Amino acid sequence: MSIFLAVAGPGIIVMIADNDAGGITTYAVTGAQFQYDLIWFILLLGPVAFVVQDMCVRLGAVTKRGHAEAIFDAFGSFWGWFSLIDLTATDWLTIITEFIGMTAALSIFNIPKVLTVAVVIVVIMAMVLQGRYWTWEKIVLVFCLLNFIYIPAAFIVHPSVSALLNGFIPHLPGFTPNLLFLLMANIGTTIAPWMIFFHQSAVVDKGLKEKHMHYSEVDTGLGALGTVVTATAIIIVTGALLYPNSNIQSAAEAASKLITISPYVGSALAIGLFDAGLLGAIAISLASSWALGEVFGWAHSLNTNVRQAPWFAILRAMILATAGTVVLLLSGSILVVITLFVQVIAVTLLPSAMVFLILLLNSEELVGKYKNKLWQNIAATSIVSLILVLSLLYGVSILFPHLFGG
Amino acid sequence: METEKIREVLGRPVRKIREINRRYSTPRIKMTRWVKFSLLILRIYLLTIVILLLYKLLTTFRIG
Repeated sequence: MSIFLAVAGPGIIVMIADNDAGGITTYAVTGAQFQYDLIWFILLLGPVAFVVQDMCVRLGAVTKRGHAEAIFDAFGSFWGWFSLIDLTATDWLTIITEFIGMTAALSIFNIPKVLTVAVVIVVIMAMVLQGRYWTWEKIVLVFCLLNFIYIPAAFIVHPSVSALLNGFIPHLPGFTPNLLFLLMANIGTTIAPWMIFFHQSAVVDKGLKEKHMHYSEVDTGLGALGTVVTATAIIIVTGALLYPNSNIQSAAEAASKLITISPYVGSALAIGLFDAGLLGAIAISLASSWALGEVFGWAHSLNTNVRQAPWFAILRAMILATAGTVVLLLSGSILVVITLFVQVIAVTLLPSAMVFLILLLNSEELVGKYKNKLWQNIAATSIVSLILVLSLLYGVSILFPHLFGG
Repeated sequence: METEKIREVLGRPVRKIREINRRYSTPRIKMTRWVKFSLLILRIYLLTIVILLLYKLLTTFRIG
């Protein structure tokens, strides 16, 4: 047990941070538009996320390299630069959505946007001042606990048991472009490219070794369970109180409406949204700084302070400050579009990160006996194929919306 | 003097990128038929996605 407690952390953090502000918005919109009809789909995404993240742990523990460095080394500089630029751009856009969520959540309590952005940046930078991975991890795990605020809220709203049970049976409520968009957004928020890079780098920074892999599997499994339970709770909350008469577009809008119906549930959604955005900003800014540090050869560990690793801190501060400024300068309607669109962009870029992961995990010279087993390859290849098909379907639905009844 | 300094500052990242390109010029993974096929599919997929996203972007701006 003591070894598990020492090893646990990266898996839980990456999975809970996965329910970031964009994720909360996607789940809230899913519940408000389709009530409980897509719960079965969310439940399926838990094991899917586990399979993907478990591969990152193995690759990190065996090669002692982050994902960005591993791609450069294995596939050469063309694919390396493609992945790094792609990751940095997607991460930066995603952090904008985290700030959108955080500022919108706290504006419900009349806290000005500028104050939220400034405090968040100071808190995230202060967390790493000590230069100790353990301190950072403990603080983030506390934020992860706050993410479970949605679970009691789901019980308070008293959902219809029969409708809820029906949501656990796989079915699609009519195939429309809107449904496809939400399916894609849900995949995009459950498995994101930054998660692959973050998890592998976290495993390396924490110094996990091959002998810790079984504990890491439990760590990742617990995280996957947490993320699915939280997502289901949010769908239950908005499905019970906002379906079918509200056409909400964001979690903050859902929270504002819910406060008038049930002050506790509405406040829980707002606090949870802020926490989700904070967790996302912490993890995603780190994923980019770790990746850039690995490739450019800068010191890039949470076990170093600002003097020892100046670029590691400067990069993170720049990413956060520029993303925060964009949120302060852009108007609300544009920001809502960015929030949902980023999830879709992430899922279209996900196949490349997944393909590299599978190929790396099949290379005996890189991972030796820890290479993928047959069932892992079948599972991973099925996931990539599903994402490819959904991404292309989404593309076709944009070009020919009438084919899907749009 | 100033021009030299600016050139030196601007040249540093370029040199770094060249160094990275040199370091990773040869892919370490064994280029089996399966690996080559996967990378080809990935190229085709990414090209398709880029075209679709550009189309969406252009039509959105035209309508807007």
